[in-house]
Amino acid sequence: MRRALTAVVAAATATLGGCSQGILDPRGPIAWAERLLLINSTAIMLVVVVPVIVATLAFAWWYRASNPRASRQSTEDYEGRIEFVTWSIPALIVILLSGVIWIGSHQLDPRAPIAANAKPLRVDVVALDWKWLFIYPDQGIAAVNELVIPAATPVMFRLTSATVMNSFFIPQLGSQIYTMGGMTTHLNLLADAPGEFPGFSAMYSGDGFSEMRFVAKAVTAADFDAWVSRTRGTGPALDADAYSALAKPSEAVAPATYRSVEPDLFQHIIDQTVSPPGKAGAAWYPPTQKAGG
Amino acid sequence: MLGRLTWAAIPFNEPIPLLTGAAVLIVILAVLALITIKGWWPYLWGEWITSVDHKRIGVMYMVLGLVMLLRGFADAIMMRTQQALAIGDAQGYLPPDHYDQIFSAHGVIMIFFVAMPLVIGLMNFVVPLQLGVRDVAFPTLNSVSFWLTASGVLLVNASLVIGNFARTTWWNYPPLSELAFSPDVGVDYYLWSLQISGIGTLLTGVNFVATILKLRAPGMTYFRMPVFCWTALAANMMIVAAFPILTATLMMLILDRYLGMHFFTNDGGGNQMMYANLFWAWGHPEVYILILPAFGVFSEVTATYSGKGLFSYRSMVLATLGICVLSLMVWLHHFFTMGAGADVNAFFGMMSSIIAIPTGVKVFNWLFTMYRGRIIYTTPILYTVGFMVTFVIGGLTGVLLAVPPVDFVLHNSVFLVAHFHNVIIGGVVFGAFAGYNYWFPKVFGFTLDERWGKAGFWCWLIGFWVAFTPLYVLGLMGMTRRLQHIPDPSWRPLLLVAELGAVIIFCGILCQIAQLYVSIRTREQRRDVTGDPWNGRTLEWATSSPPPAYNFAVLPRVETIDAFWHMKRTGRTQIEPIYETIEMPRNSGTGFVTAFFAVITGFALIWHIWWMVIVGFLAAAITAMVAGWSDEREHAISAEEIAQLEQARSGLGQPAE
Repeated sequence: MRRALTAVVAAATATLGGCSQGILDPRGPIAWAERLLLINSTAIMLVVVVPVIVATLAFAWWYRASNPRASRQSTEDYEGRIEFVTWSIPALIVILLSGVIWIGSHQLDPRAPIAANAKPLRVDVVALDWKWLFIYPDQGIAAVNELVIPAATPVMFRLTSATVMNSFFIPQLGSQIYTMGGMTTHLNLLADAPGEFPGFSAMYSGDGFSEMRFVAKAVTAADFDAWVSRTRGTGPALDADAYSALAKPSEAVAPATYRSVEPDLFQHIIDQTVSPPGKAGAAWYPPTQKAGG
Repeated sequence: MLGRLTWAAIPFNEPIPLLTGAAVLIVILAVLALITIKGWWPYLWGEWITSVDHKRIGVMYMVLGLVMLLRGFADAIMMRTQQALAIGDAQGYLPPDHYDQIFSAHGVIMIFFVAMPLVIGLMNFVVPLQLGVRDVAFPTLNSVSFWLTASGVLLVNASLVIGNFARTTWWNYPPLSELAFSPDVGVDYYLWSLQISGIGTLLTGVNFVATILKLRAPGMTYFRMPVFCWTALAANMMIVAAFPILTATLMMLILDRYLGMHFFTNDGGGNQMMYANLFWAWGHPEVYILILPAFGVFSEVTATYSGKGLFSYRSMVLATLGICVLSLMVWLHHFFTMGAGADVNAFFGMMSSIIAIPTGVKVFNWLFTMYRGRIIYTTPILYTVGFMVTFVIGGLTGVLLAVPPVDFVLHNSVFLVAHFHNVIIGGVVFGAFAGYNYWFPKVFGFTLDERWGKAGFWCWLIGFWVAFTPLYVLGLMGMTRRLQHIPDPSWRPLLLVAELGAVIIFCGILCQIAQLYVSIRTREQRRDVTGDPWNGRTLEWATSSPPPAYNFAVLPRVETIDAFWHMKRTGRTQIEPIYETIEMPRNSGTGFVTAFFAVITGFALIWHIWWMVIVGFLAAAITAMVAGWSDEREHAISAEEIAQLEQARSGLGQPAE
């Protein structure tokens, strides 16, 4: 039985794992752990689910009215021992799963920093209508719809939304998290090796939602430093005016970078709650333009 | 004069809604013309529209649910087609603003106006009969409930041709649904149609809780009630507990939109996650409001066609009530990804998986009911076996999603979409179809055609798996839900398979239409003269098919569970009855008139036609008050009349020569 189960799980994993991308093709420790949890939880439940399906089909077939060989029983005599078993089996499985849930939830808490030798990189993420703004506070640069990170380095994300709710998700690196106006969420991810991974919004946010995608590029530390200095030398600055222009709704936006970022821009976006009700996609106004507080 | 309503509200430049709307309008006008020409209005008005008979109201709920199933399915197949076409460079045939309305309408219609009417329709028809009584506790209120639900349906469908529907998903999360991001009437259609139908649903809940607690045949103690009545009791208690939350939440959003308040806005101290919490504090009980009565149907069907009492009745009752309580404590699993702490997530994950215990017990109980039974293969038992096999997979994927770190990667993916369709189609819809086939002869006095019924079952079962297995796989491959355009061309084959599955389900629907048509054509050969075509166990089979308006000429005396089975075994069905005067509720136009003015009020609120709001609301309120003060609500049927009616009915069962 166990061998058969292992075979089923392995076959399913092989079929699905053959597909590039997606959560079955993890490229970082968080995603690996989550895939393992997915497979383990499935296996635990299959221990009950497979026999139940087999028994359902077998009983349904064998006890058909036209089967002369089946034994019958028309009186409903009461069997307390069977009742004990019917409660115990699902209870045992759920106790086991509860342990998995408790440990998994704590180990894979999105806020928990990832232990690694490299110094973590900080990235502030802002969901806009309908693109992603990535601010690198320590480097003083920013990028739209392109996330460049050094491989084997923990990335500490702070996330918010300047518009409606979105969900920031790079499947191959693991956990997604909501971005919400006026609020900050935290997420820690790590890419094992250089590579390009699709990322997108996993929370419907309006007309341009389908194209609200970006590529997460994990590069070597040297390439990352080179990218930072290259970015600092080119492109416009992300000041209040540039941000206002960027925040206007737009769809399928091509990747772009900013050589500098106004200090505390991320905090200003979170503080939007003091600004008047915004128009779509422009909820935050730079302080100088704020009307009436 | 007409608020925001102008000619611009009619979508003259959008062919799909315009032509659909025109076609629907023509069909409606044709039906109305036919009714007028044939002179059926008095019959319709007297026997159906103003009827307060729970059986008639149940039938109307079912018809409403089945008609809206066609509408919701049309939305579904349009979405599947769009996703099968709009891949890579192709953009498909639906622009985002249209596609977004379709998936929002699909969710709203399928949950509120298909699943709810089907489930409430079955409860309406079956519960009083199973309890051995003559009607629900508040028959006129029951009619009001139905017509308010129909009002919601009318408003949602009006949005097809006048204005547009919401593009904010069936959750309608703010801030997307706030005025700043959705200034048009779509969200208002959503809000007011759900507010109006929600009042109807809440009244149903009150009505059925009162009925089951206070009106039962002599001798029917709680632990002699059929399991379907238990599940109906649990579902209606959850309606009473949960629907006010929805009403209050939507009202707060209405205050935001109409009076500029800040409950859920980005700014002004609003908290959007409060909406999510409140919405799912209603939304999770809601799925159990739907599934528990379906479990009840499967329990009745399994016992009846296995020729055997339900295994472990007390476990079944305990599991039902356990689910009822637990379902109120798991709402947070709909947004593990909001960034709550690990303790919060772990708690709600564990609570969610605990629901698998009573649910698992139920599956085992059906399994052991079949064990050593004599299973007669009819359409309802096929749906039951199909359900058991399908549902345990849906349960498995559901518990997977209850593991927070797994949800972090599967949340909002099409894996999730596959999961809840797995439990809703495999559970609620199969349950409704099983109940429809099982109780149809009781409703109309003739059985449904088995060949077309079984063909329909196989199409639905196979179609479901062909349509949703690819979505499970695509979810694991990282496809999120609600995409109007598919970025990855390698997903095309699976999306085409999913489209094929939708087509197979469509064949299932065609089979069911054929089944109904064939059965009506051949109804004389399929008359149920016994009132008990399936060798049933519960009291609804103790009366004739269809039952008289008063259900039972003499109220049955109940001594055990499976009361009718017991009567048949002890020969108590043959006792000469002693008739007494029966008081039956009078017909009432209150429901229809109140709902008519509710539609006017809702429409006026959506379009900001303030004078019409006042007129409509006052008229609805006055109608309800007039009904409330009237004293003549019942009419008596004398013992002689009953004797005559019973005499006539005993001859009615004979096939016409």
